[in-house]
Amino acid sequence: MSNWLLTLIILFYLGLLFYVAYFVEKKTKNKWLNSPFIYALSFAVYCSAWTYYGSIGVAANKGVNFLTIYLGPIIAAPLWIIVLRKVVRISKQHKISSLADFISLRYGKNRFLGALVTLICLAGILPYLSLQLKAISETFKIMTTKSNYESGSIFDDSTFYIALILAVFAAFFGTQTTDASQKHRGIIVSIALESVLKLVFFLIIGIYVTYYLFDGMSDIITQFSTTKNFNRVVTLGGLEEGFNWFFTIMLSFIAIFLLPRQFQVSVLEINKERHIKTAIWVFPLYLLLFNIFVVFIAYAGKINLGDTVNAEYFSLLLPLSQGHTFLATLVFFGGLSAVISMVIISSLALSIMISNNLIIPYGFLSKFSKSKSDENNRFIKNIRRFAIFFIIIVAYAFYYNFSVQLSLYSIGLTAFVVIAQLAPSFFIGLFWNRGASKGAIIGIIGGFLVAFYTLLLPFTIEAITGDTSFVENGLFSINLLKPHALFGIDFLSPAAHAFFWSFSVNIFLYIYFSLNTVGNYRERNYAEMFVDSKNFSELQDGAYVWKGEAYVDDIRDVLNRFLGINKTEKALRIFFKKYKIPENTKLADARLINFSEQLLTGTIGSASAKMLISNVVKEEELSLLEVLKVLEESKEAIAQSKMLEEKSKELSTLARQLKNANKELIENDLQKDEFLDTVAHELKTPLTGIRASTELLLDDVEMPSEMKDKFLNNMLQDSERLSRLINNILDFEKLATNRQELNFKVNDISKTIAKTVKALQTNANKKRITIKQLNNYIFKLKYDEDRIVQVLVNLISNAIKFCPEETGEIKIDYRLGNDNIEISVSDNGKGIPKEDQDFIFNKFYQSKNQNIIKPEGTGLGLAISKRIIEKHNGKIWLHKTSENGTEIKVKLPI
Amino acid sequence: MKKILIVDDEPNIVMTLEYAFKKKNFQVFIARDGSEALEIIKTEIPDVILLDVMMPKVDGYKTIEHIKKNKLLKETKVVFLSAKSKTSDIQKGLELGADKYFTKPFSIRKIVLEVNELIN
Repeated sequence: MSNWLLTLIILFYLGLLFYVAYFVEKKTKNKWLNSPFIYALSFAVYCSAWTYYGSIGVAANKGVNFLTIYLGPIIAAPLWIIVLRKVVRISKQHKISSLADFISLRYGKNRFLGALVTLICLAGILPYLSLQLKAISETFKIMTTKSNYESGSIFDDSTFYIALILAVFAAFFGTQTTDASQKHRGIIVSIALESVLKLVFFLIIGIYVTYYLFDGMSDIITQFSTTKNFNRVVTLGGLEEGFNWFFTIMLSFIAIFLLPRQFQVSVLEINKERHIKTAIWVFPLYLLLFNIFVVFIAYAGKINLGDTVNAEYFSLLLPLSQGHTFLATLVFFGGLSAVISMVIISSLALSIMISNNLIIPYGFLSKFSKSKSDENNRFIKNIRRFAIFFIIIVAYAFYYNFSVQLSLYSIGLTAFVVIAQLAPSFFIGLFWNRGASKGAIIGIIGGFLVAFYTLLLPFTIEAITGDTSFVENGLFSINLLKPHALFGIDFLSPAAHAFFWSFSVNIFLYIYFSLNTVGNYRERNYAEMFVDSKNFSELQDGAYVWKGEAYVDDIRDVLNRFLGINKTEKALRIFFKKYKIPENTKLADARLINFSEQLLTGTIGSASAKMLISNVVKEEELSLLEVLKVLEESKEAIAQSKMLEEKSKELSTLARQLKNANKELIENDLQKDEFLDTVAHELKTPLTGIRASTELLLDDVEMPSEMKDKFLNNMLQDSERLSRLINNILDFEKLATNRQELNFKVNDISKTIAKTVKALQTNANKKRITIKQLNNYIFKLKYDEDRIVQVLVNLISNAIKFCPEETGEIKIDYRLGNDNIEISVSDNGKGIPKEDQDFIFNKFYQSKNQNIIKPEGTGLGLAISKRIIEKHNGKIWLHKTSENGTEIKVKLPI
Repeated sequence: MKKILIVDDEPNIVMTLEYAFKKKNFQVFIARDGSEALEIIKTEIPDVILLDVMMPKVDGYKTIEHIKKNKLLKETKVVFLSAKSKTSDIQKGLELGADKYFTKPFSIRKIVLEVNELIN
């Protein structure tokens, strides 16, 4: 492919990323852009060119060692829910804008520590960045096949221009706001997009190599097993190799938390805390997918291309050797994506550290305290932009001068070892409140020196002079000081060895000096807040212990210089409102001081914020004891207020319960009234009939005898109705008030049905209606037989009532369910009209659609049945009803 | 011949009233609920209507509202016969325009007497 064509495509691709980032910055509310998957995918910034190309190189030459780099993060993932969440909470609370800020805050906003962390990060990441640029340059060369290209000056080197464009990208989208703790949505979404692209392209080449060039995975393994490399690559090695694995896994475990780019995406750019839960499974899955084909591409490369070419670029060389340029271009863009995302996030993270933890606290504070806010903002943004260009140009220079000889893998691991020096002060500091700034500083410096001696120095000497005697003989030719085999430990790989020694020294120094220093009170204050972060989020601004004299106006002045008048006033108004302090208060308290420092932290870093505020306040030294006492008191106060809160919660639930009970009582009362009314009405009706008939019979002596009979019969009917009614009402009341105990016994349901049918046979015969019992099988279960008979009598008598004479047919059936028995009573009567269907189980509800004008029932039959079935924990319902019949079902649990 | 319309859903009660008023030479019309009553007064103008309150479909209250709206029934007397015996119920019935309110169980002698008084 020609040089200019590839350059054109690259420019087009970068343009696309610009567009995406720009689009996202405009549409921050979009649902897609706030998805937890964007967060999870941004983790994949971890997979840089090293993953994309370097892993294949390792797999081809050293075997499956490359996996260690991914096992660490996978092991770390479940811990995110504890560790990452804690870090995220603290960072959000304190508007942390970088890893350096985080560590410096933990140790009492220590300015020197922040700067030291920044320098360590620079030392680790700059070579790592140059390695990314190297990958672009080399793959570019492979793609364009113009090997004479490198002879020109840097201005002929396309990598230089790509680096510059990346710097512009990072500078533009990374400095939209002065407050660096704000999110960079545009950048993050474009990173997530690139994460998808690099994975897809890598999977494409993997499938292409495995299934197109070869006949699947086993084919590659079979063919590879005949080459001379086979044994070396597939052997895992013994215990010594096990140590190597262990230490490298630990390294990558640390890296997933502490690489500045990982800290940036996982802590600072998180949108919602619950997104961590998605990342916990998505990211390991992503790594898994990424690593499926690594081994096969590596072996395929060894088989087809042999040992003559750089194995790291097999994924490009394999398709190119087959003439598949388009495929190779895709792979190239996957790699480019990996580089771009890594370079942009790293330079962004580093630039914030450089500005907030190195440049501003060490040089520009006095300038800031004199200038206006917009001037200051512009100045801070310019520092960051300058820092981004500085980082990328230094990385380029490093690449141009040094890293030609080094592999992607080795520089990557070197970066990990350097970054790992931050781990003791970071992790131990999170959970141990005695960890002190002195321990942290000495530990980091000590560890770094050891790492420098065992790893960086040998590389540098070798790269510059080409002389390997330092590695082979040690310093001053002392064997025990051999940089790769310190004190005789010679079985570890250089990176694992350097990690082991530097990390041990670091932890030892950290713990030793932490135990032996008292630490100043400010430091102890933050230690307590970090370690006890659950309390901390409750304590909030009040957890900060401070004693002295400060004026609100002075603090307002300082804030004005950075936030501008509007924002400052708004923030202070919120503060005063939150703590219910009158707005014209003159003297500032600890909470305001802490609050103001937090406000400034995002913009200029925590150490500078502390220094600026302390310029305008008169602080009194506090003893450590006083701090601890105050903290203890505020903890107690919290416990007390928590207790009070719980009590008041209890009281309010109690009040609510009382209210509900009262409401229920009133409702019951109303229901009772209504019930009594209805009962009275039902009783009065037959009584009226009896009284009226009696009067007529008494007064009218000449009444014809058939009329007399009629009235007497009516009276009999009415008195029967009265007694039935009274019995039913008593029955119903007993069931309703739970005074009726059921007599549960094991009975045979088919027998009970038969018994009921037999009792009703005479009634049915009167209308010549047939009753059929469909299921005669014995089935035994526990129920109150008398009561169930009562229900069945109700149902069957109803059916008889509604069935036509002669053709009437009633069927009773039962079926067994999983844990219940279902009894159905169906008839071929005229059905229940729609307006009645919902009410048939209500007390005193009588369908008006009956055959006979005079309703025989009391209106309580089905209501009683329902109560009885419910007391059996069963269910009764109208299954279906139409002009052709009705079916009612009863379900009883077994 | 005076016309009386008996509106009640209880056949036994209706039977006694029907007998008593026929005996007093009334022409008796019977409705089992409000809607049947409203059908009947489309063609007939009774002198008295005996009206139960609690009935299916159209109850006594609704029925009397319709009756009071009908100009042709201006002279018709309306008497409630109801098991509802609370003062508020009686009040309501009278407010709706009934001329008398008997609570069940009533004395049929008294009803016949008072109805006669009402229309003479």
